[in-house]
Amino acid sequence: MRDSGYDIIVVGAGHAGCEAAAAAANMGAKVLLITMDMTKIAQMSCNPAMGGIGKGQIIREIDALGGYSGIVSDKTSIQFRMLNRSKGPAMWSPRSQNDRTLFSLEWRSVLESLPNVFFRQDHVRALTFSGDKVSGVITGTGSEISAGAVILTNGTFLNGVIHIGEKNFEGGRIGESSSKGISAQLAERGFETGRMKTGTPPRIDGRSINYAVLEEQQGDSEPGKFSYMDNTSPLYTNGPEGRKKQRNCHIAYTSPEVHEILKTGFEQSPMFQGRIKGLGPRYCPSIEDKINRFSDRDRHQLFVEPEGWDTVEVYLNGFSTSLPESIQIQALRKVKGFEKCVFFRPGYAIEYDFFSPMQLFPSLETKMVEGLYFAGQINGTTGYEEAACQGLVAGINAALKLQRKPMFHMKRSDSYIGVLIDDLITKGTDEPYRMFTSRAEYRISLRQDNADQRLSPVGIELGTLKGARKDSFLQRQKDFTEASKAFKSISISPEEINHKIAELGGSSISQKVKGSYLLSRPGISWTDLLLSNVVKEALIGLHPDAISAAETAIKYEGYIDREKELAGKMDRLEGIVLHPDFEYQRLSSLSAEAREKLSKARPSTLGQASRISGVSPADISVLMVYLGR
Amino acid sequence: MYQLSQDTICGISTPPGTGGIAVIRISGPGTFGAMEEILQAGKGKKVSVSALKPRTLMRVQIMDGDYILDEALLTIFPGPKSFTGEDVAELSVHGSRYIQQQTLMLLQRKGCRIAEPGEFTFRGFMNRKFDLSQAEAIADLVDSSSATAHQIAMQQMRGGFSSKIKVLREHLLDFASLLELELDFSEEDVEFADRKDLGNLLQKVRTIVVRLVESFEVGNVIKNGIPVVIAGKPNVGKSTLLNALLDEERAIVSEIPGTTRDTIEDEIVIDGILFRFIDTAGIRQTVDVIENIGVERTFEKIKQSSIVIYLFDIHEITATELRGILNEINKHNKNAHLLVVGNKIDKEDEEYTRNEFKDFPGILFISAKERKGLDELKGELVKVFDTRALQVRETVVTNARHVQALRNALSALEKVNDGLKNNFSGEMIASDLRLALYHLGTITGEVTTDDLLQNIFSRFCIGK
Repeated sequence: MRDSGYDIIVVGAGHAGCEAAAAAANMGAKVLLITMDMTKIAQMSCNPAMGGIGKGQIIREIDALGGYSGIVSDKTSIQFRMLNRSKGPAMWSPRSQNDRTLFSLEWRSVLESLPNVFFRQDHVRALTFSGDKVSGVITGTGSEISAGAVILTNGTFLNGVIHIGEKNFEGGRIGESSSKGISAQLAERGFETGRMKTGTPPRIDGRSINYAVLEEQQGDSEPGKFSYMDNTSPLYTNGPEGRKKQRNCHIAYTSPEVHEILKTGFEQSPMFQGRIKGLGPRYCPSIEDKINRFSDRDRHQLFVEPEGWDTVEVYLNGFSTSLPESIQIQALRKVKGFEKCVFFRPGYAIEYDFFSPMQLFPSLETKMVEGLYFAGQINGTTGYEEAACQGLVAGINAALKLQRKPMFHMKRSDSYIGVLIDDLITKGTDEPYRMFTSRAEYRISLRQDNADQRLSPVGIELGTLKGARKDSFLQRQKDFTEASKAFKSISISPEEINHKIAELGGSSISQKVKGSYLLSRPGISWTDLLLSNVVKEALIGLHPDAISAAETAIKYEGYIDREKELAGKMDRLEGIVLHPDFEYQRLSSLSAEAREKLSKARPSTLGQASRISGVSPADISVLMVYLGR
Repeated sequence: MYQLSQDTICGISTPPGTGGIAVIRISGPGTFGAMEEILQAGKGKKVSVSALKPRTLMRVQIMDGDYILDEALLTIFPGPKSFTGEDVAELSVHGSRYIQQQTLMLLQRKGCRIAEPGEFTFRGFMNRKFDLSQAEAIADLVDSSSATAHQIAMQQMRGGFSSKIKVLREHLLDFASLLELELDFSEEDVEFADRKDLGNLLQKVRTIVVRLVESFEVGNVIKNGIPVVIAGKPNVGKSTLLNALLDEERAIVSEIPGTTRDTIEDEIVIDGILFRFIDTAGIRQTVDVIENIGVERTFEKIKQSSIVIYLFDIHEITATELRGILNEINKHNKNAHLLVVGNKIDKEDEEYTRNEFKDFPGILFISAKERKGLDELKGELVKVFDTRALQVRETVVTNARHVQALRNALSALEKVNDGLKNNFSGEMIASDLRLALYHLGTITGEVTTDDLLQNIFSRFCIGK
């Protein structure tokens, strides 16, 4: 049977697949989203939380570009915290606990509201090609479906193998089958593939936990949001009875006794016994790994995270493990508060195929097969946020390609998403890649408060940010400009502000100064400036988010300028395009190491080339000369 | 015009080492300003670049403050009619490595920076001063110095010191890791360093960087010769002594490849060690340079030297008077080693003289004219070097580019320190530290985010 065909087929409906499908559809493409299980759309396979340090910024960026992860997170949030509040605003990172089931349902209804998105519950057995181009997919039920572009977002499903103690079996998630065929087919075409490993902790029946002896962790008293839109309020702000209060998390601790029991399982550990070959993330180690590597520590923190509003199921963050189930439960019952705990399901480790991301363009299109895009764990990343943003970029680029428009290339200086993609395609990764703020060289410029300023204009141009979302941005932007102008032009007199400065412990001013001067002092915030009636009047009616964004920009001005200068230098290199078929080996003036590294990485721009280790500034000069620049 | 060149670069365009003359090239928007600042046309006469005729030679003096560093020739090439397309100046200076190095440092103090390998050519290319057919040749030129800066640095590091560099790198890595730890992993159950710990760690880093900068001065001593000043009243025989030393050693000197007659005259190799006599030309021309020991200039020179030979005429000075003079010299001199040498000794009064000055330890008696006691003096010079050799072996930085990197790093580290003291938020301190890491990269090897994360993960139990 032959289907009439689509513009774009998205394989997999996880966080990457959903964003990809939505973005492409919003840009006018006819999209088919294929998933093995329609009830598992945007499933939170690991912890029921979105955001975090470095990750929350990504969700804000997705939102600024017109993606939906922020909106879905807000609507299904059961607790919100702004992490890193004690640091400067550049470090603030939003994070929410979410209702796992609602999250999935909400995403499904987002997708169903987009007329250009079509669904099919099936699995993809193989890709079809026409020469060096992808032409569609063949499904498990035998259908051949054609498309101009295919986006693979297979998560952990490609040749997935699940390990629990000495048992192991094929599967993409527990209780779900793995996906076979695609990896072998791509490997045959010359794709470099590898194995990665990740793990997840047991899910526990909350009724068996004695919460009274655990530490409580509450949400913020004034919870924030991910989305820049005002109408995406979480249920606890305006929801029905029983959902008016944020849910708490709880903290428990392991003990030496717990560790001793876990150690008895090491002989059956698939990791220690070498049955797992793939590399796991160092920053998300299993509990057995933590005990093994940090044997001097006599306790480790465990976070008890609720899975939703109405369920007793809880997620035990910090206890990821692939030890035998009997050991898992024995050990856990020695944790204070968990003496009688009962599992919904044990923790497990999963191994899966990934493809070296160095085989991708910045658009996430593969270099080897035109029209084929990869996003998410298939590229060696970990995390919902990392996956979602890649899906968004792949979806946008696939749509652009079909419109015969130049690719959408995000830069290190404009977003964490740009940092992530550049890191992946330039350096590759041998462990699951996670975002950290330290990965961004322009960290002070890449803030959660200004993701819209950085990216929304692009979203509008691309067509992913439209309607009310576009209008809202333009209004905030206007407010921002007005607030900045007010701070920089209105003078404040000593009489108006000195008593406040004294209260804050600063040194008083002796003559009239501009608001921006006061804001650049640590400790003074824009709300303090409201003591001046002129400032107060100028700010009336402006969106508070826009005002505080203006404030933050002033507070960091010197640092931001420096980053701009550095980014400007780098941008000039980013603007110089390297042909994918450039014959580096022929360039004898390049150092031998540079020739080898460049031939392998095939950077798209000179800027990207400059970040490859082993490529020296002199090598870059040589390339510039050759390119006639 | 090509936009990267907001800064002004300088570099030596002639082959490295000592030659008859050396050409220093300066290019960029600040070129002519820097020229006006460091040059004078004659005593007290300013150089006005705008009044100069392009591409013609002009005689100038390079001024280090009030001190004439060298007599030089200046040529200016206003952009775009220059090699790089920018404003360019070329200074032909005398070829000693000391003068070259000092001129470059002077330029850096006036806001120029040392050019990257091939950067003049590169700028010229960017400004389309060459056509593409010349590309290959230019690329090869650039490539000839393309070994990574770190490798060069490592090669230049002497034995024991590379371990110091390793320690510096480790301290930096630790410091940066602790800063990043509290930014990226504030939610983790680990112990964060307090500001005092960070301050202590930073102090260690700064101490090493300061030492490295200082080692440059020592490194220069080896490369450019140990500076020696012969001081003394008029007519005590200073020039006779110098000529005697030069004559003795000429045969050895002329075997050193690349040296010319011009430079032999004030450089002497004894036992393989190069000694350089500061401003000796002056000694020969004007016998009364050091007429009065109180004259500022004398002390200026003493400051630049590692060894001061104080020469006196045994017939014209008493022990008391000598003691007074030596006290005066010592007041102005902290670092140089002082050799007290009595000249014009003869058989008849030798015993009397030795007795008269017996209270001066290490005093030497010579007769420069009769070539008596010169071996002893040379032995003493070598001995001074040997006893100071421990310090000399600490040399690590021998390259002006590295010194510049270290100085830049140091000023970024100052900001880090300010941030710590004033309780700035961690991301601001980290931003300044990144700048320091960037500058130190050529010395320590690059410190990447991956290095930091690796260090954090190996030391702290991160992850839920």
